[in-house]
Amino acid sequence: MPKNDIAITPELIAEHGLKPDEYQRILDLIGREPTLTELGIFSAMWNEHCSYKSSKVHLRKLPTKAPWVIQGPGENAGVIDIGDGLACVFKMESHNHPSYIEPYQGATTGVGGILRDVFTMGARPIACLNALSFGAPEHPKTRHLVAGVVAGVGGYGNSFGVPTVGGQVRFHTRYDGNNLVNAMAVGICETDKIFYAAASGVGMPIVYLGSKTGRDGMGGASMASAEFTEGTDAKRPTVQVGDPFAEKLLLEACLEIMAKDCVIAIQDMGAAGLTCSAVEMGAKGDLGIDLDLDKVPCRETGMTAYEMMLSESQERMLMVLKPEKEKEAEAIFRKWGLDFAVIGETTPTMRFVVRRDGQVMADLPIKELGDQAPEYDRPHVAPKKARRLDPKTIKAPMSLADALEKLIGMPELGSKRWVFEQYDYVIGGNTVQRPGGDAGVVRVLDGPKALAMTADVTPRYCEADPYEGGKQAVAEAWRNLSAVGARPLAITDNLNFGNPEKPEAMGQFVDCLKGLSEACVALDFPVVSGNVSLYNETNGRGILPTPTIGGVGVIDDFSTSATLAFKAEGEAILLVGNTHGWLGQSVYLRDICGRETGAPPPVDLAVEKKNGDAVRALIRDRLVTAVHDLSDGGLLVAVAEMAMASDIGARLERAITDLPKHAIWFGEDQARYLVTVPEKDVAKVMKRLAGVSVRRIGTTGGDAVAVADERAVSVAALKERFEAWLPAYMAGSVEH
Amino acid sequence: MKSAVLVFPGINRETDMARALTLVTGNAPTMVWHADTSLPAGTDLVVVPGGFSYGDYLRCGAIAARAPIMDAVRAYAGRGGLVLGVCNGFQILCESGLLPGVLMRNARLKFICRDVFLKVEHSDSPFTRGYNAGQVIRVPVAHGEGNYVADDDTIARLEGGGRVLYRYCSPDGAIDPAWNHNGAINSIAGIVNERGNVLGMMPHPENHVEAAIGCTDGRGLFAGLAAHLEAAAA
Repeated sequence: MPKNDIAITPELIAEHGLKPDEYQRILDLIGREPTLTELGIFSAMWNEHCSYKSSKVHLRKLPTKAPWVIQGPGENAGVIDIGDGLACVFKMESHNHPSYIEPYQGATTGVGGILRDVFTMGARPIACLNALSFGAPEHPKTRHLVAGVVAGVGGYGNSFGVPTVGGQVRFHTRYDGNNLVNAMAVGICETDKIFYAAASGVGMPIVYLGSKTGRDGMGGASMASAEFTEGTDAKRPTVQVGDPFAEKLLLEACLEIMAKDCVIAIQDMGAAGLTCSAVEMGAKGDLGIDLDLDKVPCRETGMTAYEMMLSESQERMLMVLKPEKEKEAEAIFRKWGLDFAVIGETTPTMRFVVRRDGQVMADLPIKELGDQAPEYDRPHVAPKKARRLDPKTIKAPMSLADALEKLIGMPELGSKRWVFEQYDYVIGGNTVQRPGGDAGVVRVLDGPKALAMTADVTPRYCEADPYEGGKQAVAEAWRNLSAVGARPLAITDNLNFGNPEKPEAMGQFVDCLKGLSEACVALDFPVVSGNVSLYNETNGRGILPTPTIGGVGVIDDFSTSATLAFKAEGEAILLVGNTHGWLGQSVYLRDICGRETGAPPPVDLAVEKKNGDAVRALIRDRLVTAVHDLSDGGLLVAVAEMAMASDIGARLERAITDLPKHAIWFGEDQARYLVTVPEKDVAKVMKRLAGVSVRRIGTTGGDAVAVADERAVSVAALKERFEAWLPAYMAGSVEH
Repeated sequence: MKSAVLVFPGINRETDMARALTLVTGNAPTMVWHADTSLPAGTDLVVVPGGFSYGDYLRCGAIAARAPIMDAVRAYAGRGGLVLGVCNGFQILCESGLLPGVLMRNARLKFICRDVFLKVEHSDSPFTRGYNAGQVIRVPVAHGEGNYVADDDTIARLEGGGRVLYRYCSPDGAIDPAWNHNGAINSIAGIVNERGNVLGMMPHPENHVEAAIGCTDGRGLFAGLAAHLEAAAA
């Protein structure tokens, strides 16, 4: 081993994000002082982002199995069986910290990374989604971050050539210093052609593919494992630069060599680049890995072993090839103009050996690098839960009509068209349902099968009661899939939280996961992949707990898929599910009454399942013409959304219970749907819904949303307000 | 009808185009690699599809315009062969000298994906004979650089020669800046060369060929081309 020419001081260890006891663990493991390269490798493998050291103990409790699950968490992405010999591969991942430091590149590389996770497994990506959380609109950085992140998400996906069909955009002051960029990709492959990361066979060539290695993104994973402070701008060099063109070529080349049966194992170089990918391939296959860094294609000269092992240059892959196919694989990569280099081989030694200029720069036990990473059951305290509010104690400051008009033009509920029109959502020619509905729906191959997908979470609920909020995030994803007629199959979870070293933040994490887990079990909706993003704090203030749920479901015949737009005048509007007037943590309470208080609506998972199953069956049997789930803003907002999507109004009954009317129309009780039914079928549908809470609340028609005895609000006026806020805000013409 | 769809690195709507051609004309196209130097014998139509050839680095279409296959396409067009360029394909045809003008960044400087309405200016072209003159069709756009610009003389020649085939318009066919999403001169969405055998257009008719996926307004373009070729062969 080379002698270190710089001393491994406590300061240097701290700069690598390693705590003194973690460093001691390294000394115990290897019995000597690590080389600088080795210290870098440990910092890359043992940071929060790569090792999940604070979350692993809790993640193990998540339900991950179902008969249709082919691959649960632990691989590049989750895989489920969708029938007819086809598998769906999907995952969601955060790129929060980089997107705050450099929004465009942070977002592009987030999208690029998740797409790579999906096609690494042999699947061609068919859709992307994303969930974006930004600070308060009036915060001076917000507009800049929105513009950069949205352009970046679009810039990558559009060029790569995958439709972006859904997602979420929210604003809240708790994201002022930490915006969230959660990107999800969904792909399709044949169930017998899935590729995994585990290497097999001794003496097999390890091949480096894709773009060249530079100094970009060095230490990115470590950066993402720390809180932000005032000096965060200095971290800009740790953000990688995305090249969607290179990734498109990499996709086509990878799928081509996979089709030619050249590949034993494949792993993308994401966080901690060459280090993480090589170690995982070896460790998963019970093999050692020998790398000769002199053979790595570099775009800069004079890179040291340390720099090469920590680079996070994008659009790179590591592959173990069948030796007899090396020439064929190389020819395919050359055709696509990509780098291809044999940089090492598998060994029987179970050691991770890295050479540079003929010298061994690192020689570490490969299993222990991953397995022996520290694992913490960090102290956590049960979050204080907010009290339940009695709707009768909440005064309505304005009329129903005024409140509807106001809400529909505010950041939370206003149209996100300004965002999604920057994403190509039609490419591929398979987009059955475009952004703006309850879920994106994408045809699989030539159909009739389709996949529905959605990304959901209501962070203000999670803040007020992490357990109920966790349940609600899963239930909402499940409900959105059901609302388009899909059978929900599985989720990917992207858990964004604050500093796990604070017992309060850790308590939120633990409780959210408990709720999430219960909902998954009750709804038969297992977790197959995911990502944890902790340390989302700036100057000591954490984000709202944001466990984003990416849900995927299948529709056997996409022509039965339901949309939220009213279809005709004179149809009955039925409300499925119970209304209790739950105003705690509602958008109405916050944006109309100015109070962000109370307990969030509880989720009764049994009722959720019953109502969703009933609605899905009605959709399948073509008995309902429009369907919409009820969520933010409650009943009246849902009616307005259905009206705006169709330019058909609605005449609604005066009161459906004895609750205050603003609680009825704006309360956010869960497990509810609106469906429309032609008059002639009402009796039949009501009969089909025996055992489910359902009542007629009105009739479609006219050009206004009109609650009896209240001022009618014209659909045209609603639409104008709905579309106005975000473009005006981004143009800088909104006063605060 | 034998069509050839060109594939440059970074092109990403070639499968959409191939599917549309197959669905509407009944014949699957041949995919032709950019490094090839000749087109398949008997090609009736060359399509340059959309995407981000060479990442749109340098200038949209500039690198693809210099690919080996483009010499064959120029020769083919010179003999009167039909060439259709959509989106990045339009940009490539402009860069390759087959069409005049240039596609600049959208007036509002952002990528825009949405359905737009196009007015079919006349039906006296192989590229519009599937429609009626004045018909309004709905097709999607998805581009960041679709703002057609040319000098005054070129625009005068295009307009005077009936070479603007498609124009952005309102749902009832009015040519109105409010419905010109990218700021193109005279709301120009698609033009042909002087001989009328090379069309470039920004919108994507290939994405509106199925009722279940959007609508079928895009079919007319491909159906018209097939009808033209059939008539010419008869």
